[in-house]
Amino acid sequence: MPTTAFLTDSTLCIGCKACEVACKEWNDVPGDGYAFTGFSYDNTGALGHSTYRHVKFVERLRDGAPAWDFSSDVCKHCERAGCLDACPTGSIIRTEFGGVFVQPDVCNGCGYCVVSCPFGVVDRRPDDGRAFKCTFCYDRQKAGLTPACAKVCPTESIQFGEIEDLRARGAARVETLRARGVADAVLYDPRDSEVGGTHALFLVRGDVREYNLPPAPRLPGTRLREAWRSAGLAGILALAATLVAFLAT
Amino acid sequence: MRGEEKKTPGVFSQKVDTIPDREARLDAIRDEARARGEVAAEGMAIAGGPLPPDAPVGYYGQPVLKAPVWTWEIPLYFAVGGIAGMAAAIAAVASLTGADPALAGDARLVALGGAIVSPLLLISDLGRPSRFLNMLRVFKSQSPMSVGAWTLVLFSSAAAAAWLLGLPQTPPGWTPLRVVVDVVAAVLGLTLATYTGVLLGVSAVPVWTANARRLPLLFAASSLGAAISAVELFGHFTPAANVIGIAAAAGEVLFSGLAHRDGGLAGVMRDRRTRLLLLAADVVGAAIPLVLRLFAADLVAARTVAAAATIAGTVCLRYGWIAAGGVSTTDPSAALDPAAK
Repeated sequence: MPTTAFLTDSTLCIGCKACEVACKEWNDVPGDGYAFTGFSYDNTGALGHSTYRHVKFVERLRDGAPAWDFSSDVCKHCERAGCLDACPTGSIIRTEFGGVFVQPDVCNGCGYCVVSCPFGVVDRRPDDGRAFKCTFCYDRQKAGLTPACAKVCPTESIQFGEIEDLRARGAARVETLRARGVADAVLYDPRDSEVGGTHALFLVRGDVREYNLPPAPRLPGTRLREAWRSAGLAGILALAATLVAFLAT
Repeated sequence: MRGEEKKTPGVFSQKVDTIPDREARLDAIRDEARARGEVAAEGMAIAGGPLPPDAPVGYYGQPVLKAPVWTWEIPLYFAVGGIAGMAAAIAAVASLTGADPALAGDARLVALGGAIVSPLLLISDLGRPSRFLNMLRVFKSQSPMSVGAWTLVLFSSAAAAAWLLGLPQTPPGWTPLRVVVDVVAAVLGLTLATYTGVLLGVSAVPVWTANARRLPLLFAASSLGAAISAVELFGHFTPAANVIGIAAAAGEVLFSGLAHRDGGLAGVMRDRRTRLLLLAADVVGAAIPLVLRLFAADLVAARTVAAAATIAGTVCLRYGWIAAGGVSTTDPSAALDPAAK
């Protein structure tokens, strides 16, 4: 099976949110109300239990003039995934396409994946009780189809394909943009971080942090050994204190 | 980085203080438009409007991480499980050394009580409680939640067996088995009392990960103090129990102090609820009992107060640390730190 990925090119995104709509329709994701965020024209807010695609509206001054960039955010499908490590039921699995998938018939809603995602993607749906996030349209991929968001994107801002192809395409696109004078175009591909790369690449302009993309996403499991060592030491100290107390008095 | 930063000049440079000024400005725009067919001046930015002048960290200062979704049962479970686990360890030591068989019996009872309540609390927090058994579908050493669920199930069985075998009416022939079960329950109990610190430390939540090494030690100290306190309340105000109480309270003061010094707690301590809970954990749960145990150990009333305060403190500690985690996820700066180790 090919290892697949998304390449989301914010220089092509027009902010139409067709990806959000298509995702909700295909995946039967419940509505999340008509709340106004108040911080920008972005009223979707963030990825969550009922939002698997989220178009960010990044407003700022560029060369003194107001600039508005859109970028469709999605689960990063990490190479080393915090949610997958955290899941105690084995509900969260790595699919044959390299994506990270929550099996809804196994999840018991323990909530540990929610605090283990360095991108704040997965969340527990309060009325349902289980954790939800982007499925990478696992069902569609199994049938040889493109994920719903990539299929409906009218500007091909969301591209889907084999991961190495997309890496090359992203790098080439950055070169093209720079040659055209878009000097601040960058490809977000955190391969050197603790998560070891993602299956969702983003081409953005400027500082990736303005898109809430962590420059160095951290994998919770890297602290597993030191935390358990501490727990072992704590147990020995507690036993020693108890033993001394009973023997000495 | 936040609100105290100076306003960017230019965006809000238009004078909009007085109505007459603004009316005059509208007149001027109309005149200019009529004369030239266009208006050259840049428009006015609406107050607080689309371009935030104080650029917050990240994407409009929105959180990168999700706050914990756990309900009230989880911090209480952390406390009750910790008490039960450490009570089993106390029972094993008191019994195997032969120092205090009566105290060991009541410690087994405390462990049993916690072993019954803990799974109920854990199950009732699950989004799908009927699927609790899915926790036992697999064992994953890389998931502290998986290790914890297995520990809890095994501990509950061991604590129940230890209590039964420790009853006075149990025939003496069962003693070797009781010794084995006591040791098993103690090892599982120590795991149960400390894994919750590992669980928080091995996450993406900034204030927990910054204290990944301290939390197991802190939770162990707090649990040991609360466990011996619960046993004391059965009337075992012995010198040995007091020494354990002193060691535990001192340990909690030490590890909590280290967390406050090096653990990046300044941000979360600005949140009132977190501050009150963590302060209560330190003062009520450790400082007051420590003073009472050191200077009024002969007074049963003082020992009773110290024991009750320690138990209240261990509960505050877990609620405080989980609240602190939630508060720390609202600030995107830690998650966006490019220098993250």
